Amino acid sequence: MLVGLLIIVPLIAGLLVFGTKGKASRNIALGFSLVEFALSIVAFFQYKHNPASADLVLNCTWVESLGIHFAVGLDALSMLLVLLTTFLIPLIILSSFKNEYEKPNSFYGLILIMQMALVGVFTANDGFLFYVFWELALIPIYFICLLWGGENRGAITFKFFVYTLLGSLFMLVGLIYVYSHTGFETGIKSWAIADLYQAGRSLDVNQQSFVFWCIFLAFGIKMPIFPLHTWQPDTYVNAPTQGTMLLSGIMLKMGTFGLIKWLLPLTPLAMEKWGGVAIGLSVFGIIYASCIAIVQKDYKRLIAYSSIAHVGLIAAGILSCTQQGIQGGVMQMLAHGVNVVGLFLIADILLRHTGTRDIDKLGGIRSMNGNFAVLFLIIMLGSVALPLTNGFVGEFLLINGVYQYSAVTAGFAALTVVLGAVYMLRSYQSIMLGERKDSAIAFGSLVGSDKLVLYIICFVIVAFGVYPAPLNDLAEEGTKLIMQNLK
Amino acid sequence: MKGRLIISGLGILAMLAEIFKFKKVLYPLVLIGILAAYALGFTEWNANYNIEMFSNMIRFDNVALAFSGVILATAFFWFILANDYFEKDHVTDHFALVLFALVGALMLTAFSNMTTLFLGIEILSIPMYVLAASRKRDLASNEAGFKYLIMGSFASGFLLFGIALIYGATGSFDLMAIRAYISHNGADLPAFFYAGVLLVLVAMLFKVSAAPFHFWAPDVYEGSPTVITALMSTIVKTAAFAAFMRLFLVTFGGVNETWGIVLAVVIALSLVVSNITAATQQSVKRMLAYSSISHAAFMLMAILANNRGMASVSAILYYSLAYSIGSIAAFTVVYHVSKQESGSSNIEAFNGLAKRHPLMAVCMTVAMLSLAGIPVTSGFFAKYFVFSLLIGTSYNWLIILAILTSAVGVYYYFKVIIAMYFKAPAKEDGITIDSSHVVLLLLTTLFTIALGLVPNFVIEIFG
Repeated sequence: MLVGLLIIVPLIAGLLVFGTKGKASRNIALGFSLVEFALSIVAFFQYKHNPASADLVLNCTWVESLGIHFAVGLDALSMLLVLLTTFLIPLIILSSFKNEYEKPNSFYGLILIMQMALVGVFTANDGFLFYVFWELALIPIYFICLLWGGENRGAITFKFFVYTLLGSLFMLVGLIYVYSHTGFETGIKSWAIADLYQAGRSLDVNQQSFVFWCIFLAFGIKMPIFPLHTWQPDTYVNAPTQGTMLLSGIMLKMGTFGLIKWLLPLTPLAMEKWGGVAIGLSVFGIIYASCIAIVQKDYKRLIAYSSIAHVGLIAAGILSCTQQGIQGGVMQMLAHGVNVVGLFLIADILLRHTGTRDIDKLGGIRSMNGNFAVLFLIIMLGSVALPLTNGFVGEFLLINGVYQYSAVTAGFAALTVVLGAVYMLRSYQSIMLGERKDSAIAFGSLVGSDKLVLYIICFVIVAFGVYPAPLNDLAEEGTKLIMQNLK
Repeated sequence: MKGRLIISGLGILAMLAEIFKFKKVLYPLVLIGILAAYALGFTEWNANYNIEMFSNMIRFDNVALAFSGVILATAFFWFILANDYFEKDHVTDHFALVLFALVGALMLTAFSNMTTLFLGIEILSIPMYVLAASRKRDLASNEAGFKYLIMGSFASGFLLFGIALIYGATGSFDLMAIRAYISHNGADLPAFFYAGVLLVLVAMLFKVSAAPFHFWAPDVYEGSPTVITALMSTIVKTAAFAAFMRLFLVTFGGVNETWGIVLAVVIALSLVVSNITAATQQSVKRMLAYSSISHAAFMLMAILANNRGMASVSAILYYSLAYSIGSIAAFTVVYHVSKQESGSSNIEAFNGLAKRHPLMAVCMTVAMLSLAGIPVTSGFFAKYFVFSLLIGTSYNWLIILAILTSAVGVYYYFKVIIAMYFKAPAKEDGITIDSSHVVLLLLTTLFTIALGLVPNFVIEIFG
């Protein structure tokens, strides 16, 4: 029942917020997102207490004759990602307090409806339901980017939409293909995840390859992986800050989460055959995106490319099909989600206070606001995965996992650490340190809501860097479950 | 059966209304009549299954009743949409023509003989030719009617020729007799029988406007009054598909190697031509015309997967319902927008509709999402059923093609959404619409979403 509440609360909240006006919208939205966060914490302790609790699963019939069920449930993996979602949404809403958006009711309503879809994606235990939530998540973000985005948003958000929709339609085909092979013994077709796993593994290698590429396309576009990434930088830069946070902080994880739960156990034979190609693409993407990030002038665009690099490593780790790789992928998904939201907020703060995000035009901000410089530094270090920050555990496990797959690949993948340090430290240096540029003069103290968000993010970065055990245990448990299905 | 009698009776009544001067009550009378006909369908459900009437010319099985239900429900919505159309001149003529077309449509759902098929098509088509030209001082409307008539007559000719050849080979007009003949003498059917089947196929493809027999559709759709376009793209299409399905799934199911590959090529061509051409259209009405070709291709895909029995039938039923409801909503909005812009339905006319009339913009958005096939609207389930029918057959490549062209489809449907929300309106003044149309928009939108949430009712209808 609890898991049902987790899905229904944001939906109701979203619809309620549509009916409000002005500042009330954002306050109500924030309130509901906090309620949702509290619910997820309750679910977390419930899970700790008794993982098999009936509160954590829900299974109702949706379309009986087609074997479609409204089946959702929280296991270790989905628990983590639901926590990430419910933790980030209040921060995202809070970070918008200084932006005056037109029609705030629609804006916050869409964010909450998106949260509903995201929680649905992470909890779905039915292939069809997974697809429906997957698509549903796309519609609110499309409108958020379209209505509140920057210049030229029409064409850019459209490209984003078509790209992802095309990918997900192929995923639908892949899933239907597996579905059509379910129920050979019973004669009853079913979309239940366990039946799909079984049917997927009964296919021969060519059939599995077909399914693999159909589904991989969807996940690869969502993450995005080279060469399917071309929609991403423009979309990230043009979306409103909160839209970018949703896209990179949570939505990107739909792809990596999908890899773990909906692709690896479905097509193990195809993974053996094609895993190398997919890892190759991921690793190439890491280097490619890092190199582009180094020469970026726009700070928001730089983070967009850094995001491609990070997610490339996550994908490579997951596709290595090793315990460490997948577990590291999960840990890095959480860390990246938090860090990237912090970085995009910093990009937004820079723009609001100085009127530009151009790295060349910024400089010497530290002398104006030392507090901000420290917070920025912590988030930046978390993003380059310094030990004792939250990014470290994941990245270490990831590279370890890729190494088990192939040492050479790991060598290339580990370049992300070096290159990441290059573009992150260099941009920090030129924005915060050095001679004070004209743009920095107006940089006053931060507003309360921004400060609060940054403090919370920094706290999380350090806290889970020093003591990652609670999350790591869950990640390990979830990964073991998946690994069982891979054998 | 009773439903058909009511609709026919209403048609005759409408002609008498001019003489006996009860034009004013005709409109409510028709609405009540349609509802009554719809309700009577329920009493016949399962009751007189397989009852054949008029010497086995018509057969009212559940499939016929289900498709009649879709047609009557759409007709009810359509009459609400078209209330203006029955206010100025030629009121009774319009009523009579539409009602007779409806009779033809209902006949096409229930024929069991080639002659009733032909009669149904003609009873449906002839009023439609006139209705297309019913804005009689408008050149485009006249052109539309004329084109429709010429092309439609051609198709009827093909159909008759095909029927004659089939009769020559099998010695019967009766669908079941032809089916039995095919299954008994499968190996030694004469060559002209196959020619007959293909001629019937071509005629039917004309009627559902699949490429390459689609050239009449855009001009006719654009030239006709908007409400008539809505009628053509919903009721006429549903009826044509009910007939198509009965012919090719039931009667000619035994010779599907003959028409299967032809149909596959036609579908592929329709998908590509319609979507690419629709993407370049400036007029939304014309865009909807081209998109209707692509929807026709989807429904044809369900017929192509001919070994799935009732699953194909319920997929087509669901598709036509979803498509009809979505189209009615879209055409309601197009009707009001083009009225503002003195008849032009260019995409610019939709600019800033979200500011001028938020409700219309929201309903249009849902309709576009449904037509584009985005969950959880009904349009998504419609496409899903088709995909799941066809997957695993030798036509996997058609699914891939359908997906690629759907992405193009998203482009033109979203062009409308972008215009409504994103572009600045040319005029700032709000738009006022009838309260009946507000209800209509809300109902169709609600229906679109409800059908997407609980598709069970429709797809499990045949048990």
